[in-house]
Amino acid sequence: MIVRSYGWRKAKSLVMIALVVACVGVALVPLVSILAYVTVRGATALNFAFLTQLPKPVGETGGGMANAIVGTLILLGLACCVSLPIGIFSGVHLAEYGKGWFSKLVRFITDVLTGVPSITVGIFVYTVIVLPMRSFSAIAGGIALGIIMVPTVTKTTEEMLRMVPRSLREGAWALGVPRWRTIVSVVIPTAAGGIVTGILLAVARVAGETAPLLFTALGNRFWHSGLGQPIAALPLQVFAYAISPYDDWQAQAWAGAFVLTAMILIVSIVVRIVARGRHITTR
Amino acid sequence: MSGATEGVLVERLSAWYGRVQALKEVDMDVPPNRVTAVIGPSGCGKSTLIRCFNRMHETISAARVCGKVILNGVDIYSPEVDPVQIRRSVGMVFQRPNPFPTMSIFDNVAAGIKLTRFHRGSELAESVERSLRRAALWDEVKDKLKDSGVALSGGQQQRLCIARALAVDPGVLLMDEPCSALDPIASYKIEELITELRGDYTIVIVTHNMQQASRVADHTAFMLAGEDGIGKLVEFGETKQVFTNPRDKRTEDYITGRFG
Amino acid sequence: MTIVREGMKIISATKKRSRLRGENLPDVTFRLVALAFAGLIVLLVLAMAIAMAKSSWPAIQQFGLGFLVGRTWDPVFKNFGALPFIYGTIVSSLLALLLAVPVSLGSAIFLAELAPAWVRGPISLMIELLAAIPSVVFGIWGIFVLNPWLRTSVEPMLGNNFGFFPLFQGPMYGLGMLSAGLILAIMIVPTITAISREVLMAVPNSQREAMLALGATRWEMISKAVVSYARPGIVGAVVLGLGRAVGETMAVTMVIGNRHEISASLFAPGHTMASVIANEFSEATYNLYLAALVETGLVLLFVTILLNALARLLVWRIAGGPKGAQRE
Repeated sequence: MIVRSYGWRKAKSLVMIALVVACVGVALVPLVSILAYVTVRGATALNFAFLTQLPKPVGETGGGMANAIVGTLILLGLACCVSLPIGIFSGVHLAEYGKGWFSKLVRFITDVLTGVPSITVGIFVYTVIVLPMRSFSAIAGGIALGIIMVPTVTKTTEEMLRMVPRSLREGAWALGVPRWRTIVSVVIPTAAGGIVTGILLAVARVAGETAPLLFTALGNRFWHSGLGQPIAALPLQVFAYAISPYDDWQAQAWAGAFVLTAMILIVSIVVRIVARGRHITTR
Repeated sequence: MSGATEGVLVERLSAWYGRVQALKEVDMDVPPNRVTAVIGPSGCGKSTLIRCFNRMHETISAARVCGKVILNGVDIYSPEVDPVQIRRSVGMVFQRPNPFPTMSIFDNVAAGIKLTRFHRGSELAESVERSLRRAALWDEVKDKLKDSGVALSGGQQQRLCIARALAVDPGVLLMDEPCSALDPIASYKIEELITELRGDYTIVIVTHNMQQASRVADHTAFMLAGEDGIGKLVEFGETKQVFTNPRDKRTEDYITGRFG
Repeated sequence: MTIVREGMKIISATKKRSRLRGENLPDVTFRLVALAFAGLIVLLVLAMAIAMAKSSWPAIQQFGLGFLVGRTWDPVFKNFGALPFIYGTIVSSLLALLLAVPVSLGSAIFLAELAPAWVRGPISLMIELLAAIPSVVFGIWGIFVLNPWLRTSVEPMLGNNFGFFPLFQGPMYGLGMLSAGLILAIMIVPTITAISREVLMAVPNSQREAMLALGATRWEMISKAVVSYARPGIVGAVVLGLGRAVGETMAVTMVIGNRHEISASLFAPGHTMASVIANEFSEATYNLYLAALVETGLVLLFVTILLNALARLLVWRIAGGPKGAQRE
């Protein structure tokens, strides 16, 4: 029998706890570095022209990514058109009628969809939309982003509807309100704040997606000219400029990264603060 | 080790959860090698009291203690004392059986021993068997020591937890409503076990069940939360005296069921 | 005909059930619309697998299983084997796990077990927000900050001290497998940390108390009672992180160097399945080339679905419900 001295055990405990604290440092260093670089290099390259002008051809300095910013907003709008009906109705199905094997399957598939790499969503949309239409298009890009949003919207809707107390539904039923009217005019409005929060977070997440747009929206150096045409998007433009060999373009890529990150983080933070004020938990 | 000689001497013990005081100036002399029951309505601070005896109270964030708890002549709250070492000599059993689900029955019992010693197989096996026998569980589990601890029934799990606590040879054994999650038969077995352990360990048992206290305890402490919601010790004495001839009116009210 | 008959049966059964529930026509319609949209999600995933299988059919037919073990990827001679990319995905993801798991686990333990509430809130929020930073932003940081640092400091250091390992030999570009692994590690740390933290916080307090009451030190309590209880969930979090690393595209594409060869050195450029698709999809000028790329995507899809299904089973078991299901 060998006795482990208490001093040794105590020392080990302290050392391990120190290591754990060090881990937090190691985790935060690159992340802080990224935020710092994006802020510093992005903000220095950012100017009014960047937000209001079209990209200039190679060789000319100046210009901006206004078309890409607008393009991203259009794509997000399209993505909402695709994902909100599917996500909200599915969420209603899972929360209000979701008991049998089919609902289990839907929940599982929703989770699976969460983990599908966004680039494969891009390939899928390419094969079923871009090829038959014979053109890259804003519509294809919007559908790709929409598919990526579907699982998040579904989950949020389900979770938020489940938080509505049963007594509220029973109150409506007791008044003779049919079930669907109860859901539409009592349950959903009650949960609306939480659902909107979840949707905004989902929009913020897909706003930065690049891979699914590579061969759906494709990108465009001009203002958009119709939903059937290729369209510019901020992340695509950042990608294209970042890997370009021109200093001016690289600087613009930083500015684009800054605008993109700022948009996403501001939406995420504001939404969380507002949601916290209402005592709705969001994740 | 058996035949512990230490009792627990409590002097002006107060305890807080953050700003809320749970316990006020308890004085108590828990006699060695006897069973002491702590009774009282819920929220009177009885669990808090015994959690102060092994410094488990302070593991809750913002919890605070003031006063003295003297064990073997040493105040366990004096600055040079380490709570981790106090807990080696003061074992504890909780309200709900909490065996480690990832460990086998054997490893559950060995868990405490392994913290401080590398054993050769046979020595460890002997300690485990001794503890299981002492907890009156050996005959029921000797053929399935490798099974998971959570595969046992609730009562068996609680006895496994007792065996686990006894395995590190504590002098004092604290039991925080050990039967509250068990059926009457399982509770009876635990009571039987307590009676057997009496004499070898200083046992302090918190219970909301007055019959249980009168059956197993040599001494009984009655606690009550005052108007201010702060728990205080109302009466402490031999069980027989407390139950048949209480000195305090409040004790009498409680015991006769006219209260809480 | 049988389909019609089956359909009628279902409709009449539905009617009967509806009457039992006291539903009227609008109620039934509403319920069925919700059901239809939910069914759409299932169809979507099926359609994805089928459409991709169909588009990759020429490549599947031509190369069979050889596609998975072929080492040449030559669009000029119409010969496609995906092994270099499969290899690249495996190496970069494992490297990422190797670096990210200890750091994430440590951070999760800190947040769940040690941090006072006023530290826990802000750091947890920060880690969650970092999961929202777009991949392309990680990529640009990788190109301009991480790669130069690797080229001038880390790789020479590794080469000088451990150059006898084939892993650390060869020219140092900054761009390459090491860079990809590192950036993936940084990207999956928030995922693994956030889910592990939840799993650790789901461990019942009684387990901690049981270990402490036996006279365990704080670390002994954490390692023997908490972490071992939460192990399946932590493994799930790690697998979920792995799934993310495997499917991650943009940042990797930007830092891995894009080369079609397998090299033993971590300094050498390479490709992952995702990065080759991102890079070459728009250049795929003929059908077989496109089919080969889609097939690569199909392999990627199956691998990530498998990893996710596995991870979710593990996390559910501990946390008792679907948790950590946000796309990050």
